[in-house]
Amino acid sequence: MSFVSVQGLGKSYRGVRAVNDFTFDVRQGEVYALVGPDGAGKSTVIRTLCGLIDSDTGEASINGFDCRKQFNHIKPILGYMPQVFSLYPDLTVTENLAFYGGIYGVVGPEYLERVEYLYRFSNLKPFADRRAQALSGGMKQKLALSCALMHQPKILILDEPTTGVDPLSRRQFWEILLQLKEEGVTIIVSTPYMDEVARADRACFVFRGEKLAEGKPAELPGLFEGTLYYFDGPPTMETIDRLNRLGDIRARRFGGGVHVYLKRGITLDEVTPALSEMGFDIKDFNPIKPDLEDCFIQLMEES
Amino acid sequence: MQKLRFLAQKEFRHILRDPRSLVIVVVMPIMMTFLYGYAISLDVDNIVIGVIDYDRTDESQQLIDRFYNSAYFSKPDVNSESTDPETWLLSSEAKAVMIIKPGFAGSLRERSDFSLGMIVDGSDNTVAAAVQNYASAVVSKYALDQIPVGRDIPGITISTQVLYNPDLESSHFFVPGLVAIILMMISALLTSITIAREKETGTMEQLLTAPVTPVQIIIGKILPYVGLALLDGILVLVFAKIVFGVPFVGSYLLLLAFGLIYVSAALSIGILISSLVKTQQVAMMFALVTTLLPSVMLSGLVFAIRNMPPVLQGLAQIVPAKYFVTVIRGIMLKGAGLGTLALNGLALLLLMAFLMTVAARKFNTRID
Repeated sequence: MSFVSVQGLGKSYRGVRAVNDFTFDVRQGEVYALVGPDGAGKSTVIRTLCGLIDSDTGEASINGFDCRKQFNHIKPILGYMPQVFSLYPDLTVTENLAFYGGIYGVVGPEYLERVEYLYRFSNLKPFADRRAQALSGGMKQKLALSCALMHQPKILILDEPTTGVDPLSRRQFWEILLQLKEEGVTIIVSTPYMDEVARADRACFVFRGEKLAEGKPAELPGLFEGTLYYFDGPPTMETIDRLNRLGDIRARRFGGGVHVYLKRGITLDEVTPALSEMGFDIKDFNPIKPDLEDCFIQLMEES
Repeated sequence: MQKLRFLAQKEFRHILRDPRSLVIVVVMPIMMTFLYGYAISLDVDNIVIGVIDYDRTDESQQLIDRFYNSAYFSKPDVNSESTDPETWLLSSEAKAVMIIKPGFAGSLRERSDFSLGMIVDGSDNTVAAAVQNYASAVVSKYALDQIPVGRDIPGITISTQVLYNPDLESSHFFVPGLVAIILMMISALLTSITIAREKETGTMEQLLTAPVTPVQIIIGKILPYVGLALLDGILVLVFAKIVFGVPFVGSYLLLLAFGLIYVSAALSIGILISSLVKTQQVAMMFALVTTLLPSVMLSGLVFAIRNMPPVLQGLAQIVPAKYFVTVIRGIMLKGAGLGTLALNGLALLLLMAFLMTVAARKFNTRID
């Protein structure tokens, strides 16, 4: 039986559908990523799991307990890190840790031991007496994570923990997460960053409240249909616009070039005359292997 | 219990580190006491008093001069020759009119009893109360000066008639009522803001997923404010006693008991407000309109409830401050016991129970 189970979840806000018939399972010890742009519905799914939202339809459960009716049984094993910085800015690092320790019942020698452990991986010890509001973005997130880990939760749910954090801190943050996975913690994390997906065991593409696809990060690009070409030319807005004007082609900027993919059932030969007519040299289009982002965008556009 | 301690401790730190809440807790009560206290004493200086002199003797003129030379009274602007005191009062040209009946000088010489007439505008009850006190002081001083030492002093009395608001209340009634306002403010305003802050900053999300019950969250949050409210109550009372000489006749313990009921009701309002709003700003506006305003206007603190239109009178019945103002005045000024305050106490208790139930039901463990 899966550790986390979400079945047919649906939720609307004032008639606007945030999540629709959303289903997924997470096994114990797995790192599961919910990936999608802002407003895709990731937070709604996460908040339902954390007992903060009552869904209109469907069910969610953690460790066999219903997230709506039996949430009190989930609380002791759940660590949650909301999307917004959820610590008290006017309290110091230690005070925040002590407060969360206190309400999770981690006190006395157990607390001291735990804090030492948390300081070890967060490197926050030198800032112990600094107020949370004076910490950098990366440090804030590490402190928030430390607070959520205070009671050694079995499951950690993080809502966009790395949004607005610098790349180095993001990498460090993920290293901590993977270390926690080694310790057997089940992790559900939402993110808008495609590069983070590769570090998860499984990922789920979320768009407009729907699950587009789900799978191992290495397998997901295999869902891409058709052939992807890399156009080795300046990725100016004008070039991209011109390419997109051909109805059968989707082009998007990728680094110093352009990723071009053809709609389902269309081959490069079929669009070659049109491309040549527009002044493109067909030799500049080289087939490449799609990555996660290509796959996501194709799915997004076809949904 | 331990969790409560952590919640309360955290809340105390918030208060100590937020200059704004410190201002509300410490500076505001003192400022309000000062403002209200002095506003009253300023009012009772220079009360405009008209005199209708039927005696027309040197003695009556001396008495009139004594009045106008004192700091308490001054002449009306228009030297009206009207012999109808009510026209003075109605036009607000004077707050009071003294009538010296014929025979004042005679009875002074014969040292027989004499009664001066005084008609007071009762619509301004603080002034009206002061008029009586000051006038009798001026009159007895005058009488003393007229009589050689060792002689009997003639019994000059002032028979006062209060127009427009016959049941006059003492100005001391104001400061005890202020305690009601400050307790309401600290309790309702601050709790609604502090809970709204947790919602606004998103910390409530994390609290709700932690193994604490909503009741623990609420109690942990409000405990420091109960303490602060009581501290503020004492602060104002001590201040009132030292600066304005407001007496305290009754039982401290009884006042504490009623105070706790009242504060609980106020806290419930605060919690209720916080569950209806999402931001601190809105919570503050909401709290000011629903608690502070009715507590000042509809509690009988400033305006007598029985003179209000029926709709407002009905509304006043659900204002906790209405009962507490009566209770605290009764205890402080008249030394009233549980027996005489039972009805008000019961009403307060019912109101508290009702507000608590609604607040507990409305407190949302969901964030949408």
